[in-house]
Amino acid sequence: MLEHNDDLLRIENLSKFFSVSSGLFTRPFQLKALQDISFTVKRGETLGIVGESGCGKSTLGRCILQLLSPDEGRVLWLGEDIARLPEEQMRLRRRDLQIIFQDPLASLNPRMTVGEIIADPLRTLMPEVDAKGRRERVIKAMEAVGLLPEMINRYPHEFSGGQAQRIGIARALITEPKLIVCDEPVSALDVSVQAQIVNLLSDLKQQFGLTLVFISHNLSVVRHVSDRILVLYLGRVVELASGDDLYADPRHPYTRALLTAVPIPDPRRARQRTIDGLVGEIPSPINPPSGCTFRTRCRHAVALCADKRPPLETVDGGRLVACHRWRELAVTAAQ
Amino acid sequence: MTNVLVVDDLDVTFALHQAEVKAVSDLSFSLAAGETMAVVGESGSGKSQAFLAIMGLLARNGRAAGRAMLGEVDLIGMPGDRLDAYRGKDIAMIFQDPMTSLNPSLKVRTQLAEVLVRHQGFAPDKAGRAVIEMLERVGIPEPVKRASAYPHELSGGMRQRVMIAMALLCRPKILIADEPTTALDVTVQAQMLELFKTLTDEFGTALVLITHDLGVVAGVADRMMVMYGGRCVETGTVDELFYDPRHPYTLGLLHSTPHVAKRAQRLDPIQGLPPSLERLPSGCAFHPRCAFRFETCFAERPQLLPVDGGARGRACWYQGSLKHEEVA
Repeated sequence: MLEHNDDLLRIENLSKFFSVSSGLFTRPFQLKALQDISFTVKRGETLGIVGESGCGKSTLGRCILQLLSPDEGRVLWLGEDIARLPEEQMRLRRRDLQIIFQDPLASLNPRMTVGEIIADPLRTLMPEVDAKGRRERVIKAMEAVGLLPEMINRYPHEFSGGQAQRIGIARALITEPKLIVCDEPVSALDVSVQAQIVNLLSDLKQQFGLTLVFISHNLSVVRHVSDRILVLYLGRVVELASGDDLYADPRHPYTRALLTAVPIPDPRRARQRTIDGLVGEIPSPINPPSGCTFRTRCRHAVALCADKRPPLETVDGGRLVACHRWRELAVTAAQ
Repeated sequence: MTNVLVVDDLDVTFALHQAEVKAVSDLSFSLAAGETMAVVGESGSGKSQAFLAIMGLLARNGRAAGRAMLGEVDLIGMPGDRLDAYRGKDIAMIFQDPMTSLNPSLKVRTQLAEVLVRHQGFAPDKAGRAVIEMLERVGIPEPVKRASAYPHELSGGMRQRVMIAMALLCRPKILIADEPTTALDVTVQAQMLELFKTLTDEFGTALVLITHDLGVVAGVADRMMVMYGGRCVETGTVDELFYDPRHPYTLGLLHSTPHVAKRAQRLDPIQGLPPSLERLPSGCAFHPRCAFRFETCFAERPQLLPVDGGARGRACWYQGSLKHEEVA
């Protein structure tokens, strides 16, 4: 049963904890990687997920795909909770959900040929496709990502980073998925190649009607590819809005600080702007601050922020923000 | 303004199993006192190797030729023990990963004080006090406490600050920073770039910022040098190159860089891949990827020549307009 026709994926109150042991005789700590995450991914959109190291963005990507199972909450794929699905049941759905990783060469098996690597998901997820069908699909996928079909028998080490990422993308496309999680897909690439891969992903999205979840620490890239953007801080959602709204009118002090910290490739504007300097660094997720986890770096923090965690409020029809003071701060910003 | 470093015809060659590979060719530039120069390029452009050569830090199979004049002395070919009189004192270098520069088995105070004892002849207790002062300058909270910590006990941003403190202890004339903020989170990166600006202004240190990130360049540098295939292809002020690039590669880099304030429909990337140094294309090394190429580009290498008779230079045969819409 589909509750919302537009929602391909719906994450409800998802939490993920890791046990971290610091020594043989000490009690393990609980690292709260993600807490109470809720959002939806609409059919055909690109949802960007941004945040700094340790915010949980990659863990979230892996929880969506059930590569990690969440400790709490639901992951509704086409209305069905896949978070508690037995692996053999999940396997049937994996053809719809694929992933592209950051380090293209590290994510390709060096002993397999390009053809074998790209065909691998077919073998495991769609055994009904025979050898001939596999080869046809592999060649189609290679052409779609701009690899020459005659490269099919080569090995990964013969490829540069940008080409290796194309192999990774072809492997993700081969099962004709509905959704692809792209986890920092261009972060390891040279600038000129990065732009090629960003363009390729948007072409493929059009061509195959894909929905993308695009995870990156690079706000400029995320802004470029995303329809809506989810901002994470220390395992929690602090803001969710369309790319245009988020950039033009950020509501959370963290989003505002992030946006002013992004280097802009424009010397005159770079000289003019003032950076909303955040003090300090991200606290440890093992022992996060009470109340609002951002308060230790926020210049607008008041006593309330330490006492009570701000709820994630829906504002202006669809935007989400988690800050006690967003209303008064929005007024100040407007003045 | 006086030049603190003048580099002439620098070549860097690496001996591999079968062949010699040239990582840097005919590089000439000068660095003025107190200025910030960005060196921009993709992997294999030679941007890091050029400065490792100047610091005498090439890998064992690497060889440098040419001249790098630090005042009256030529650093190229100088033996390591003589270089040590200048390295860390007049010219310092920091890297992307602070742990490559910090000794993990020494407390912060110990390794920083050593620099002052060695280069400035400080007595150990005076050196200790100067270290604490410098740690405070680079924005380390509780500097006395942090001075007694080992590098692994500090966060990434904090280690980067310690490394900057160490590099600036002797108030060097030149600081070379190789991708100093690439591994940092964006909010910490912004803090670090501010710190570079403040400290180099204050100490009159010339900064060489080696980076692939044009956003970082725009915010910090006065001048820039764009490298491709081991050569400088364009050089000039930051405003000249960003608003009026004259080399197709510079233009391509600018078009490849997404801008957080804009959602363009498509980026306009450079086709193809950066070349392998073992198989550099003939003529202009950029010609296989260049939209403006013509016959000459395949056969003959363009020299780095002055543009409009001014201080900026470029190495390109194409004389027409690059039809560049303003990136602003």
